[in-house]
Amino acid sequence: MSFSRGSRKIFDDISLDIPRGKVTAIMGPSGTGKTTLLKLIGGQLKPDQGTISMDGNNVHELNRKDLYRLRKRMGMLFQSGALLTDINVFDNIAYPIREHTDLDESMIRSLVLMKLNAVGLRGARDLMPSELSGGMARQVAMARAIALDPVMVMYDEPFTGQDPISMGVLVNLIRSMNQSLHLSSIVVSHDVPETMSISDHIYLLSGGKIVAEGTPDDLTNSNDPWVRQFIAGEPDGPVPFHFAAEPVMQDLLQE
Amino acid sequence: MNTRLVEITVGLFVVVGFAAFFMLAMNVSNLITYESNEGYQVSARFDNIGGLKVRSPVAVGGVRIGKVAKIEYDNESYEAVVTMDIEPQYNRFPIDSSAGILTAGLLGEQYVGLEAGAEEEFLVAGSEITVTQSAIVLEEVIGQFLYSKADEK
Amino acid sequence: MLDKLQLIGQKQLAVISRLGQATIFLYQIILTMPGVLIRPSLIVKQLYSTGVQTLIIILVAGTFVGMVLALQAYYVLVDFGAEESISQMVVLSLMRELGPVITGLLFAGRAGSALTAEIGLMKSTEQLSGMEMMAIDPMQRVMAPRILAGFMALPILTAIFMAVGVLGGYLVAVHGVGIYEGVYWSLAQAKVDFYTDLMNGMIKSVVFGLVIVWIAVFEGHDSVPTSEGLGQATTRTVVHGSLAVLGLDFLLTALMFGDI
Repeated sequence: MSFSRGSRKIFDDISLDIPRGKVTAIMGPSGTGKTTLLKLIGGQLKPDQGTISMDGNNVHELNRKDLYRLRKRMGMLFQSGALLTDINVFDNIAYPIREHTDLDESMIRSLVLMKLNAVGLRGARDLMPSELSGGMARQVAMARAIALDPVMVMYDEPFTGQDPISMGVLVNLIRSMNQSLHLSSIVVSHDVPETMSISDHIYLLSGGKIVAEGTPDDLTNSNDPWVRQFIAGEPDGPVPFHFAAEPVMQDLLQE
Repeated sequence: MNTRLVEITVGLFVVVGFAAFFMLAMNVSNLITYESNEGYQVSARFDNIGGLKVRSPVAVGGVRIGKVAKIEYDNESYEAVVTMDIEPQYNRFPIDSSAGILTAGLLGEQYVGLEAGAEEEFLVAGSEITVTQSAIVLEEVIGQFLYSKADEK
Repeated sequence: MLDKLQLIGQKQLAVISRLGQATIFLYQIILTMPGVLIRPSLIVKQLYSTGVQTLIIILVAGTFVGMVLALQAYYVLVDFGAEESISQMVVLSLMRELGPVITGLLFAGRAGSALTAEIGLMKSTEQLSGMEMMAIDPMQRVMAPRILAGFMALPILTAIFMAVGVLGGYLVAVHGVGIYEGVYWSLAQAKVDFYTDLMNGMIKSVVFGLVIVWIAVFEGHDSVPTSEGLGQATTRTVVHGSLAVLGLDFLLTALMFGDI
């Protein structure tokens, strides 16, 4: 599908396949619109051309009610966690459960505690979001994303800005939950080592196009210089170090 | 802020708001002087009603006993027809009572003043007061005054 | 020259387009009403933040406005020997104009800006997006309760302002200047009409309430999610809200009181 924002083409005729039950990673340099891609999949944005279908449904042709029904089967983890700041951790996770089901409070309590337990934060249930660290907030958001037992979970830059320990926790959680809950996970990130360690399939996006795809091993062994630069994290290569500018001497002498 | 406290304060807020409204309605507006509609209506014809308006008071000896309900114009007799609502307890007006359009104070609003007559029959719903005194129009008075002054010369 | 004209044209079109967006926004919110009314706890919570928290400033402002009105009225009326009409002037001014307008302006400044900031912040921290992805409609859960609450809170606040103002006027008139207590209240009762004065004032406050929260919620929803954008949005709420109050006041006054 293709998608533009204003006159900038963010995605130019790309085609992605997200296999069921696996962890698929979408990587690329900052600003390629990876979050936009997740919003397109979730139905918050509409592609200019092409289709996005989930489980046989064309996401953008659904009416509001059906779209909402589809969204209940998707979980999304925002970069900042996006927890509701005026209620505590327990209520944040209980929120979708209370809204979409008629379960009584004791059942809800068990469910919420189980989800919190899965991410290791059962003891934090009474804290307010403002009292959580960034990493903890993301763990809570993850618990919330799986609250309704979705079939697919999308992670928007889950590893960005985390200390090594919380990074390890998150990495572990994404992989183990994918296995144990039989989820299909989409991880959008530019943290190469972490993402590579848990993904089954990777798409590399740049300039609105798919530059490479394959398993982690495929990419590590790739001969494409761009892929090599990205994976190895080299500062200079096909993506140049210098932002487009005149030659140095010319600029300095133009005083 | 726990829910219970929030709900209590909101409840209090709404109650205070309504209390304020009632206080205003009762103590500060003319709501309590709204008569029940069990009174009776009488009418009177005037040549000139001056500044009389619908809901202007109807008073006897300065005491308000009703209000003006309708003001109409009779095309054929060229008179103004004023219909008044009189409160039910004031039902002892003889049929020869008079109605005049008076002014409260020097420059105040105008009202219908009734003066009891001497007959034994009383006014009932639909009666007409036949003895009427039109409003004093200031311009006419001044005109008369100037005229008389000119005459004296 | 042509450039200037083009600029004016562009601006006008932008204004109209924004008005259209705001109207569509309001319409979407109205559509969610049935779902909101069955969740009164949301509305109660908003009533607290828009209504109860504006109460203090209304009480203070109302008292002082009433007192100043009485004082000024006295200074003017005493020259005509008509100082007994002080209550009439205080009450009528409060009910017809000052009550709805001042309460509206204070509300736009305090509650309106707070609403815009809150919603703008929710937008920038992706809470609104998050709700959408959880298949919960933020129009229904976030916007609609706030609009309902504002539209209910302002009339209540206005009634309180008027009442406190009348009492303030009473204090100054009776205990300050020496008008007889009985005269104050009875003249007010006689000269103030429930329908034309009090109810019209209340109708004005309902209209103001709706317009102010509509602007506040729309600006928040539409804000650019940066700190600068949020500042601009709150400023717009206060400015446009206040101007709307004053403009509508003129319109409503002409409609309601024109026939008297």
